[in-house]
Amino acid sequence: MTEQGPLILVVDDYEDAREMYAEYLRFCGFRVAEARNGNEALEQAFSLMPDLILMDLSLPGMDGWEATRQLKADPRTARIPVVALTGHALAGASEGAKRAGCDSFVTKPCLPDDLVIEVRRMLGLPQTTHPDH
Amino acid sequence: MARLQPARSHARQTLSPAAGAARLELLEYFLIHHDDLQRSAQASLEWLHRHAAVKRSVCLLADRDSGTLLGVAGCGVPIADVEMFASSLSDEGNPLVGALASAGPVILKSGRRNGISTRATPPTPLGPGVFVAVPLRAVRESTEGAVGLLLMGPGPDTTADISWLSTVLGQKLDQIRGRGSLAEEVRKLRRERSLLFTIINSVTDPIMLTDTEGRLIVANSRAEKLFAAGEEESEGRRRAVELNNMLFSAALSRSAVEGPSEARELLLVDPSEGSDLLFEVLSSIVEDSREGTGIVSVLRNITDLRRATEQIEENYQRLRVLEAEARTERDRLNLIIDSVADPIIVTDPTGETVLMNAPAEVLFTVPATAADIAERNVQANDAHFSSFISGLLLGEGGPREIRRGELGLLNPSSSELIPVEAIAGKVQSESGELTAVVTILHDRREALERARLYEQLKLASDELQARVQAATAELATQNELLRRQAIELEQASRLKSQFLANMSHEFRTPLNAILGYTHMLLHGVAGDLTVPARRQLSRIDSNGRHLLTIINEILDITRIEAGKMPIQISEFDASEIVPEVMAELDPVITRSKLVVTPKLNPGAPAVHSDRQKVKQIVVNLLSNALKFTHQGGIDIAVLYDRPSGTISIAVSDTGIGIAPEHHERIFEDFRQVDDSPSRQYGGTGLGLAICRRLAAALGGRIALRSTLGQGSTFTLTIPVEATQ
Repeated sequence: MTEQGPLILVVDDYEDAREMYAEYLRFCGFRVAEARNGNEALEQAFSLMPDLILMDLSLPGMDGWEATRQLKADPRTARIPVVALTGHALAGASEGAKRAGCDSFVTKPCLPDDLVIEVRRMLGLPQTTHPDH
Repeated sequence: MARLQPARSHARQTLSPAAGAARLELLEYFLIHHDDLQRSAQASLEWLHRHAAVKRSVCLLADRDSGTLLGVAGCGVPIADVEMFASSLSDEGNPLVGALASAGPVILKSGRRNGISTRATPPTPLGPGVFVAVPLRAVRESTEGAVGLLLMGPGPDTTADISWLSTVLGQKLDQIRGRGSLAEEVRKLRRERSLLFTIINSVTDPIMLTDTEGRLIVANSRAEKLFAAGEEESEGRRRAVELNNMLFSAALSRSAVEGPSEARELLLVDPSEGSDLLFEVLSSIVEDSREGTGIVSVLRNITDLRRATEQIEENYQRLRVLEAEARTERDRLNLIIDSVADPIIVTDPTGETVLMNAPAEVLFTVPATAADIAERNVQANDAHFSSFISGLLLGEGGPREIRRGELGLLNPSSSELIPVEAIAGKVQSESGELTAVVTILHDRREALERARLYEQLKLASDELQARVQAATAELATQNELLRRQAIELEQASRLKSQFLANMSHEFRTPLNAILGYTHMLLHGVAGDLTVPARRQLSRIDSNGRHLLTIINEILDITRIEAGKMPIQISEFDASEIVPEVMAELDPVITRSKLVVTPKLNPGAPAVHSDRQKVKQIVVNLLSNALKFTHQGGIDIAVLYDRPSGTISIAVSDTGIGIAPEHHERIFEDFRQVDDSPSRQYGGTGLGLAICRRLAAALGGRIALRSTLGQGSTFTLTIPVEATQ
């Protein structure tokens, strides 16, 4: 199952959140790669060519906005959908994300289930109920 | 000198009976007055006048004793003029003396040249031109020559009557002289006449004897000046004399009519001066046996008297006018003085008070019903005043000096001190003599009081100004303080918002993990759960979600306050919102077991507003309604008000309701009706505060109608077209 699922790159400097989303995505049948900052996100993206990138915007070093801009500027990665994740619910956050090239926007806290629903929506996959539910 | 034919030869030839009778009359007269030389001569001349038409004639007598030719009588000639013919017999050059020796009448020329008249002013006695001198001879031929001369004015030639008369008169004169009394008679006559003339000439008034027609017979020298003028006189003087004669004749004829004794006024001309002379004429008729009826007039010059009278009258009138003017002036002055409120006192040079107006009387006279103290006060006032003006009365200072001073007078009745300013000036006559001193007293109490009040007012004003300045300064300080505080507050507010934003982020990151892992556990990521484990995880989940709501609401408030809540306008149907909200809150509705009834309005127009925010508000309102309602139901109605262009969404419940005093309070931040720690209902108390802010941001409002215990209706009203 993990061999067949779409590859999601989860970019978050907060380990607990990153691993939580990664774990749940794997649980839901996705393949997951992880990155802790913008630079890592770019390396992973160019080497793995993921199907979708979950991008936290507040990152140490190169932040999510800059990383997204570079990804969208590169023809190899320009078509990969980027879903922005941010705890900065203040005005302008979503605008900035869209200007940077993010395709979607999810405000933290975001329950893992809600995130999966958004991921599936972005990838055009059917929303399947959880095996447990 | 021409000789006339002697008339003697004609005498007996032509004598009418009437003429004979006339001659007899004269002879009879001669007999009666046989020894009166003057009367005989006078009667003869008058006889000539009557019977021989001789108007003017004079009889002269040669007095060999005194060696003079004397005037004895005259007819038609003033008596005074008769005297003019007096001359010395030894004067051989005199034609009259020469005529005495002539056998018949001699024609002479009048005038000074002939030596007849030596006086300058009187006219020639017998009129102008020639006259005739007839020698009067005695019967017996004498070597001495004629007894006298008969002089006649120019008239008829020597007639028989004249010849006869000269003969009889000569004889008569000789006869009387022959008696030896002639010289004495003549001398006596001369003396009397001279005396008479001296008397009448000494009278300063003109005196005249005239005949009834006003012709002058005798006049004194004064009268002659007015009524007689010789040929040699100037034209103007002759005319004036002529005029005077006419005026006098007219006056006489009036007096003849009106009665002679009456004194009357006559205006004549002064021939030498040309000025008017006014006379009072007193006329009386005299009857003289020889001269006939005459009129004696005495003229009294009343010109000066009249002038003086007029002058006196005029002066009197002028005096009356001046007196009236002075009285008017004095009355006016009194009126002015009395109308002046300040006391005025006029003092004469001796220091006596001449005049006081009413205000001055109050200070300087003792009232009738006054006590002793009033008298003492008046005396004190007098003393003050007297010492003040004494200098002026003693002649100190120049004529125009005004003396000023301040006196402390006393009100006589109340003894109140009256400070007065005294101003005194001298009144002087034209000669510079001091006539009076006028003093005006001005009550200074009012001025002093005014000055005191002004001082107080100024003090108060200054104080007030100082206070205003202090207050202004204080206000400026306060303003500055407030401005700084406002800046600080703004900064604090901004810091607070920033802090809250950061905090909420920091809160949410761990909360995200808590909720996420709880969620995963509940979803069996870690394998199946026991029932108690699932229940306990559910508690973690629900409390975590509540904490998240609180954090989100705090964040919303912060965002709104920071103005970082953008409005996203889109077009939508308000009725769509209601089912969406109901769907969102479906779990809560189901749990509450209440019936929520949507009352939609399909006819309402589409709304241009922020859909998400409208929905957020309605969610909040419905959520509250569900929370505070325990039984009954909830209506959600969509209303459209065309006139105001607004859409309303009203959420009505049958819940616990809100007391009126809390209607406003519940919209405040972190407020619930029950703020106590043991409160029954959960929630942050921020929901309505957020709703109101959001509604305002959309240009709308939230209204509340509620009755305690019966339910509430919260109504969101927004304009159909939201303004950015």
